[in-house]
Amino acid sequence: MIPAIRVRALVKTYRARPPVEAVRGLDLEVAVGECFGLLGPNGAGKTTTLEIIEGLLDATSGEVEVLGLTWADGEAAIRQRIGISLQETRLSDKLTVRETVALFRSFYPSGLTPDEAIARVGLEEKAKSYVEKLSGGQKQRLAVATALVGEPDLLFLDEPTTGLDPQSRRQLWDVIRAQKDRGRTVVVTTHYMDEAERLCDRVAVVDYGKVIALGSPAELIARVGGEHVIDLDYDPATAARLTSDQLVALPTVTSSREEGARVTLTAGEPHRALPALLDAARATGAKIAGLTTRTATLEDVFVTLTGRHLRSDS
Amino acid sequence: MSALGHLTLARFREFVREPAALFWVYGFPLILATTLAMAFSEKPVPASTVDVQLDPANPGATEALRAKLADAPGLKVEVHDEATCRKRLRTSKADAVVVPTPGRGAGHEYLFDETRSESVLGRNAADRALLRAAHPADPVPEQRAVTEPGARYIDFLIPGLLGMNLLGGGLFGVGFAVADLRVRKLLKRFQATPMRRSDFLLSIMLSRLVFTFVDVALLLTVAHFAFDIRVRGNPLAFAALVAAGGATFAGLGLLIGSRARTLETAAGLLNAMMLPMYVLSGVFFAASKFPDGMQWFVQALPLTALNDGLRAVMNDGAGWDALPRPLLVLGLWGTLSFAVALRIFRWR
Repeated sequence: MIPAIRVRALVKTYRARPPVEAVRGLDLEVAVGECFGLLGPNGAGKTTTLEIIEGLLDATSGEVEVLGLTWADGEAAIRQRIGISLQETRLSDKLTVRETVALFRSFYPSGLTPDEAIARVGLEEKAKSYVEKLSGGQKQRLAVATALVGEPDLLFLDEPTTGLDPQSRRQLWDVIRAQKDRGRTVVVTTHYMDEAERLCDRVAVVDYGKVIALGSPAELIARVGGEHVIDLDYDPATAARLTSDQLVALPTVTSSREEGARVTLTAGEPHRALPALLDAARATGAKIAGLTTRTATLEDVFVTLTGRHLRSDS
Repeated sequence: MSALGHLTLARFREFVREPAALFWVYGFPLILATTLAMAFSEKPVPASTVDVQLDPANPGATEALRAKLADAPGLKVEVHDEATCRKRLRTSKADAVVVPTPGRGAGHEYLFDETRSESVLGRNAADRALLRAAHPADPVPEQRAVTEPGARYIDFLIPGLLGMNLLGGGLFGVGFAVADLRVRKLLKRFQATPMRRSDFLLSIMLSRLVFTFVDVALLLTVAHFAFDIRVRGNPLAFAALVAAGGATFAGLGLLIGSRARTLETAAGLLNAMMLPMYVLSGVFFAASKFPDGMQWFVQALPLTALNDGLRAVMNDGAGWDALPRPLLVLGLWGTLSFAVALRIFRWR
């Protein structure tokens, strides 16, 4: 079966002094009907990669096939079958929601009616409102409606939920799930790890212009060693600490990372690791201010792989 | 409806739903025309004020002069002492002063300011009145005041304002609008759809053309009722000229908007192109007033060509015969700017 997207050895270097290597040999394959997530910190090359796949940017080198076609040969055919929601597009303030969707519908030879597209993103009540009267979340849903109105086989959403309130985020998740239920392919970039875990069948973690991990969220979490995470906060007033050798020697603990007064352990079996950890702390005289266990997230995957957080503010 | 129809309709809606844009495009030129017309409204030349200087030694001579001057139509006469007369002449309250000099020369002399036309007129009017009084038997020629159509300042001004409005509308209506769409990333968003690029560019031209005719019709209607201005020449030639002007300035606007990445850049470029033409192209005064050395440049400007053509058709009653040169200049500018704009146009 032809994949929805196939990318081989993609390189994008922006001319500057020194040249900026935004994408450095990236490979991807997205199957028809899956929801695929591109994760990574700001500046990792997610948007550049996406815009090359969308045919909005030229690659420096590498191969890109979308729905089995290349942009050079099949631009018109690809355009009719994909829908795109870009980051930070400002639609015209003085058009109504329905007028905006109808305008975009007129570009496609076939597709939904404007009212159907508006209903899919739940904006029926705002159909006659000017764009300028919409909230941030409503504007974002309108942007998705303009991407859906051509009934695309392949939908691209670049950071669709950044800066949105929880309710708007959940509404957009429903739109994406509905699209997947119709057997359509969705490619989404996001900062939010919980979003990727909930929505995506597979994710690619991108850092410095390369894919550093690829698989289903569960696979990736399992791959970093253990589905459980123990966060331990020392009392900053005392100096006694456990060494990292001591920590990784604890039963089922696979990795340890120290950040300030916090130690984060990944563990296969918390019920065995925790008593041993407490015993070791008591023996060393280390005072514990806080102790939590949780299931591992994609954020932990990223931190384990790169030593950095996905978002500098988190 | 086709994509072209939707795109054109969207441009109309965005425009008519923006009150500020409506004001600057339609309200502002009307206010400007009305203000300028009031400032330059042509009234008959006012009567001259001539003072007779009081001669304390010979009040009879003073009174004789005053009586002769007062008889003349269109002269206002007052009698004052020497100091007052000088002061009134200096402050333009009096246009000229008649000083009695009984027994010497003509029996009177004139004080006037030769740099002030009102003063020269006042001196001449007084002289004529006194001459006529001295020769009462000479017949007075009959006089008839006539007004030639199209000779008033407002007749000159309105075609210039029309041209200026077409220039501003084309440059801002296209150049600024395209730059704005790029800044808002809507151009890039459109590029991400199967939209034909020719549809997009055509929609901008089409909407601009319609706005142009609405614009011109509105200005002409107001000018007709307020100042009795009409198109005296061939109306089809006039329409062709307006369409050519609108299209040319839309092309220049597209050229300026074809690459600008910020609104500031676009506004700067637009003003740099517009302001010299406002001054040089004969909007408010004739372009021929500039020195001969500059005329090759002034005459090559598209607004000069358009204004010359509009004035020929509106005021001189010309038809197609007055159009070849304006259409040639406009056509060259328009074709060239379109060709370059399409070549260098940046969608993102």
